[in-house]
Amino acid sequence: MTGPPLIEVEDLRIDLTVGPSRVAAVEGISFRIDRGETFGLVGESGSGKSITALALIGLLRQPLSIGAGAIRFEGREIQGLPAAEQRTLRGNRIAMIFQEPMTALNPVSPVGRQIAEMFVLHKGKNWREANRLAVEALASVRVPAPERRVNDYPHQLSGGMRQRVMIAIALACGPDLLIADEPTTALDVTVQAEIIELMRNLCAERGTAILMISHDLGLVANVCRRVAVMYAGRIVEERGSADIFRACAHPYTQGLVDSLPRLGSRAALGRTRLREIAGVVPAITNFPEGCRFNPRCARATDICRTTAPETTLLGAGGLVRCHHHA
Amino acid sequence: MKLGASLIIGGALFALAIFVGLFAPWLAHTDPVMDANLINAEEPPSWTWWFGTDAQGRDIYSRVVHGARISLTVGIVSQLVNSVIGVTLGLTAGYWGGWWDDFVNGLTNLMLAIPSLIFALAIMAVLGPGLTSLLIALGLTNWSFTCRIARASTLSLKSQGYVQAARVLGYGDLRIMITQLLPNMLGPIIVIGTLGMGGAVLAEAALSFLGLGIRPPYPSWGSMLSEARDQITTAPWLSIFPGLAIFLTVLGLNLLGDGLRDILDPQSRSRRT
Repeated sequence: MTGPPLIEVEDLRIDLTVGPSRVAAVEGISFRIDRGETFGLVGESGSGKSITALALIGLLRQPLSIGAGAIRFEGREIQGLPAAEQRTLRGNRIAMIFQEPMTALNPVSPVGRQIAEMFVLHKGKNWREANRLAVEALASVRVPAPERRVNDYPHQLSGGMRQRVMIAIALACGPDLLIADEPTTALDVTVQAEIIELMRNLCAERGTAILMISHDLGLVANVCRRVAVMYAGRIVEERGSADIFRACAHPYTQGLVDSLPRLGSRAALGRTRLREIAGVVPAITNFPEGCRFNPRCARATDICRTTAPETTLLGAGGLVRCHHHA
Repeated sequence: MKLGASLIIGGALFALAIFVGLFAPWLAHTDPVMDANLINAEEPPSWTWWFGTDAQGRDIYSRVVHGARISLTVGIVSQLVNSVIGVTLGLTAGYWGGWWDDFVNGLTNLMLAIPSLIFALAIMAVLGPGLTSLLIALGLTNWSFTCRIARASTLSLKSQGYVQAARVLGYGDLRIMITQLLPNMLGPIIVIGTLGMGGAVLAEAALSFLGLGIRPPYPSWGSMLSEARDQITTAPWLSIFPGLAIFLTVLGLNLLGDGLRDILDPQSRSRRT
């Protein structure tokens, strides 16, 4: 791929201000996403994946703020852009869909109008033209009878339909990057598969890159070409998604992989217990010294308790942050 | 589609008042100001004089009909001004917060601490009696409740997913306020607005009763009550009919407010369709 990457995050630190003190909720985050690429960010609740996404679209609000590092969109620093220019980026070039399709739509406005608003806002269309495009957008996310559905209010639609509407809104202006923050967590498993398939196909057709954020390693590996695993505010491993199940390097990733039930395995058949990672994610204000995973890690030695590991490059563009990586 | 009884009754009463106000010159039997004839003074209600006559022999019915114009103009216009001021201040204060929020809160508390009628009286005393002064006085003194509700709604709506989503999708502050926040708080605002309209009709009556509103000989319901004060035992119809007009209009507005709230809630809208 030539030219600058679509989005590039370099050594990002996000500070959380608690009273007079500041703690780094996320630090040392670096990754890049090229045009049309699919990239996944996996981690437990509180590992910092969602605030990383908010930082990408320049919407961190107090008590969170960017402490250090850079986020560049097409080579331009997002933080330095004036507010109006940042706004034209959001929704137009970078769009986002959320975990809760139940609450992410305005309850007093018909869904068609909410889609049409994007065309009016970012493409300068008049309402008539925008409404026509809204019907097309709704048809493109495979909502049956779109010309009638545009007049429906969000509460008249099912969860899956609402998430389709959200995708239609997000993709309305043909963005270059779609950030999907746990897009299917609130949905049934069967609907989940449909929505993921739809999102993947639409983005592939239009060359839209996806940054998918989830706690579900299997799902992310299925959708994305590359996966980064976050733990306690740091990326601990980044790999091609094919490699991550075959030969993950970080003990935390290994733990995640082991905790997934495999079809036909003894655990999935209920003969043995699924393996878990002992302990809990440390609180942001109370990260352990050295490697943040050391209290839960089976491989931990003295160096892990004193010195934070640097990133080590692996083959095929992978990297890991561990003293004792596999 | 089934509508609530309060909406129908309230709407009918308010529509009747509007109709009477609009077509007053055609509905009235006589000129409310000029047709004074002492021969007919203080006639009780009859087929000729529907609502009776006053001490100057003027037809009370015609005066009540014309009075609707003034009372409704004052009620509607002053409450509109109140709503616009209240919503603008409350919405921006809740949305932006910070020093602006503190300032608006202080102002609201100040307004709530001073009885609005006293404040309106003071403004009227400075501006002098008359319709315009009435509109200004009542339009500037009753926005605090609207403001509080708008601010409270904004604070709770601000954290809703769709407001966050709108920000992510590139909506500006103004667009978020107009398309996301305002429509979602319209229900309570309209309810407060119609209640306030009733309040303004009453306040107009009170100010005119105190002689600071509409000046005689022009008929407003309040000034008619004021003039009728001395004859309340000898000619009760002088106070009954303007009083009834005020009562029915305010009742209609309150019922309308209730009924509208049910309609404006989209969840109840789908139950009906």
